Amino acid sequence: MAQDKAPLFLERGTYRRRRMMDAVKLVVVLGTGLWMMPVLWPVPEAGGAPSVSMSNALYYVFGVWLILIVISFLLSSRLRGPGTDFGAGGEDTGAEQ
Amino acid sequence: MTSLNLLIAVCLCYVAGLFTIAFAAERAGVQGRARWLLRSPLVYTLSLSIYCTAWTFYGAVGNAARSGLEYVTIYLGPSLVILGWWWILRRLVRIGRSHKVTSIADLISSRFGKSNILAIVVTVMAVIGVTPYIALQLQSVTLSLSIFAAAEQGTAIAEADTGASALWIALGLAVFTVLFGTRNLNANERHHGVVIAVAVESVVKLVALLSVGIFVVWGVAGGMSQTMARIDASDLGHWHTDGSRWATLTFLSAAAFLCLPRMFQVMVVENDDERHLRIASWAFPLYLMLMSLFVVPIAVIGLEVLPEGSNPDLFVLSLPLSQNREGLAMLSFLGGFSSATSMVIVATLALSTMVSNHVVMPVFLFLRQGGASQSGDVRDVVILSRRLSILGIIGLGYLYYELSGGSGALAAIGLISFAGVAQFLPAMLGGIFWRGATRLGALSGLAVGFTLWLFTMLLPSFGPDGLLSAVTFEQGLWGLWWLRPQAMFGIEGLDPMVHAVFWSLLLNGAAFAVVSLLTFPGPLERLQGAQFVNVFDHSVQRRGWNASVAESEDLMIMAQRILGAGEARAFFETQARLQGKSGHLPEPTPDFLQRLERELSGSVGAATAHAMIGQIVGGTSVSVQDLLAVADESAQMLEYSSQLEAKSRELSQTAAQLRDANAKLMQLSAQKDAFLSQISHELRTPMTSIRAFSEILRDAEGVTASEKAKYADIIHVEAIRLTRLLNDLLDLSVLENGQVTLNRQSGNLGDLLDKAIVTAQAGFVSPIKVTRRHLTETVELNTDLDRLAQVFINLITNAQKYCVASEPELRIEVKNIEDAIIVDFIDNGEGIPEEAREMMFEKFSRIGAQDSNGAGLGLAICREIMGRLGGDVSYLAHVEGTGFRVVLPQSLALAAQ
Repeated sequence: MAQDKAPLFLERGTYRRRRMMDAVKLVVVLGTGLWMMPVLWPVPEAGGAPSVSMSNALYYVFGVWLILIVISFLLSSRLRGPGTDFGAGGEDTGAEQ
Repeated sequence: MTSLNLLIAVCLCYVAGLFTIAFAAERAGVQGRARWLLRSPLVYTLSLSIYCTAWTFYGAVGNAARSGLEYVTIYLGPSLVILGWWWILRRLVRIGRSHKVTSIADLISSRFGKSNILAIVVTVMAVIGVTPYIALQLQSVTLSLSIFAAAEQGTAIAEADTGASALWIALGLAVFTVLFGTRNLNANERHHGVVIAVAVESVVKLVALLSVGIFVVWGVAGGMSQTMARIDASDLGHWHTDGSRWATLTFLSAAAFLCLPRMFQVMVVENDDERHLRIASWAFPLYLMLMSLFVVPIAVIGLEVLPEGSNPDLFVLSLPLSQNREGLAMLSFLGGFSSATSMVIVATLALSTMVSNHVVMPVFLFLRQGGASQSGDVRDVVILSRRLSILGIIGLGYLYYELSGGSGALAAIGLISFAGVAQFLPAMLGGIFWRGATRLGALSGLAVGFTLWLFTMLLPSFGPDGLLSAVTFEQGLWGLWWLRPQAMFGIEGLDPMVHAVFWSLLLNGAAFAVVSLLTFPGPLERLQGAQFVNVFDHSVQRRGWNASVAESEDLMIMAQRILGAGEARAFFETQARLQGKSGHLPEPTPDFLQRLERELSGSVGAATAHAMIGQIVGGTSVSVQDLLAVADESAQMLEYSSQLEAKSRELSQTAAQLRDANAKLMQLSAQKDAFLSQISHELRTPMTSIRAFSEILRDAEGVTASEKAKYADIIHVEAIRLTRLLNDLLDLSVLENGQVTLNRQSGNLGDLLDKAIVTAQAGFVSPIKVTRRHLTETVELNTDLDRLAQVFINLITNAQKYCVASEPELRIEVKNIEDAIIVDFIDNGEGIPEEAREMMFEKFSRIGAQDSNGAGLGLAICREIMGRLGGDVSYLAHVEGTGFRVVLPQSLALAAQ
């Protein structure tokens, strides 16, 4: 029923906020993708390819961590902007295009 | 060297400090002060960090020393979950808030139609899964104590001592939890004291670990680049984590983060404001990153510096000790202590809520059978059962610790515990995202997952010939090759942990989905399902204000509407005085709210009152059950009032009837009096003439013959009149008593009318003009024709006598309507006044004084006759002139044409 009332197209401010919400949803996808990269790294086996050094692995894992934290911080402060009642539930109405 | 006594003293001081903080927070929470702190996102984020237990505080370094970077997955999973808060956590928190969910067992059982069996299953699984974890905390604290003792005495601490210290620690934790977890009972199960204590402890453990890390990197290893070089040069220098373990552990820790009862408690139940999640979405990953930042350096330097064979699980402690940094070691010990205590307290609290709400109370109420109506009594029982559950759970943890002998087997228990509670994941996620999920589906999923977890993970963890025989390991359960605990369905070569998690969760999810697809949910289940899945359509975020005075004002406004202004104000003032406040608005304490609810429920019903207060104070949405109860109450009230209405309507109808009857009786009585005087008059007039003339005839002399004849004639006429009167009276009484016998004959209506007109007109000088339509009168009748003719004659005579028009005219119309033949007699007179119509068919009723001749019996006789014949005669209103209608039932007609 909420869909009946929701407008098909949104004004600019609301549109931007919806895209921010999309971005928030996508952070976890990005994080999963990056953090699952080590699965592809070679594991040292007899005569195998040289594996990634521990310091590099640390830099990578913690670097990703830091990037995700910064992105999440930026997004959450964007969402807090004036007049944004982000939790009102309207975002689930499907009229987001 | 730090003495053990000093250490214990510091510990006690620390615990006392925590007590103070928790106590102050609890009081502030009750009084509504310091909300900015108690309900701040910072405290919320810090309280989430009970995820980092002693197992991660100490164990992460040990894990890193053994298997490199794998330890970090335990932090990656939760980081991902909270980074993706928009997907799951936001929904969980909203559901938790709007449905007043008190635990994960409550969540799952509410979603699936408040199924108690489901709640019990989840509770039991949670207790089995988490108890070893509590034992692990006890072990880590006693182990860390033993390190100090060993440093002091130079020898390993005696077994008895560790046992005793574990017991003391367990007791201390139990006391703390009982004190702050069960001080009050409220619907939300929030514990400000505990949460603030947990937040403080998480600061302590972070500071402790960071300090040790900074000391190790810059104090021991000599800087960042040096440390990195030493890491690369060590045994851990290369990436050697198995990909499947990496992915599975990340997934498992993410699942556990959502499903662990203690995480659910701090994340959902203790959540005060959804917006805190937004802050936590970056702050908590930051916390986790900091917690894991120095783990690898500590592990590598520990391996380098410390003697061979040192327990890597305790590097965090032994490294500073070996460098003679007692202060740092003490801090680190407090960090570990904090991790252990906060985890045990919150986990026990969460579990005890589940045990007491879903196991103890239902059993108690079942045994009491209906004793639940005394509410005060039950409150005490709830608190008692909560306390006993806390003691029981910590006791179980201690028992497990004692039985397993604090062995190394405990180290693996953390992951086993994770996998155990992760079995809730399909039911939980399915429940909040999929409306088609059913109770049976959830039950089967949980049963399958839990069984597989027991068989492939918990039981094998005790080793071959532990709880499962070596034969079972080799050949499978009952010798079935596809039931080997570490190679289900014959698939070998997987890491045992990956194997167990994969199969248990896969089959758990599959059973959940398939059974859900095949079964049909009950009505309550479907309602709850819709409410949970569409939670964002139904609920709104809690309004911004939290100030208690605002709540009191709102309550006042609501109460005024229901109780009336004066009464509401009096009630509020009394309550404010009871609380020792001078104003007229009391604090919204639970006691006050309860009294207000009782007060309101007197007016609007208990369920409605509860829902109304809940709306204002709790900010929760009204659940389906609340609504059903409210609807029930309203229906009862409606029914009651409509019954009342019907009764009063009935009463007023009866009263009106009585009034009518009374009026009629009065009229009849007056009529009877009139009749008596009338009849005496009627009888006397002819009698007087007869007497007078007969006396003249007898006594007078000289009466001529012609006079004689005249007088005799008068006597004769008067006697005839008297006879006629008496005949009429007799006739009427015969008819009224039903003694008349009908003399049925066949005849034509037209002929009958002819005869009647002739008879009626006989003797009149100027007979009334009669208009008829002969065509319509050809109706054959089979009835008492003489009686019918009597009626017709009477009506025609009446018209003749009383029509006052200058040219009197009577119309006789015959109609054939459905099942009746209607004969209307309508003249062009002036009609009968309305007030006389009712009485005119009664005996001796005469209209006005015009009728000096008749006795007023004609119409009464007509009506009686028609009644006997099965028809009716009535006055025809709404016509020009005076009209009478005679209705003959069709059955009297032989052939209607």
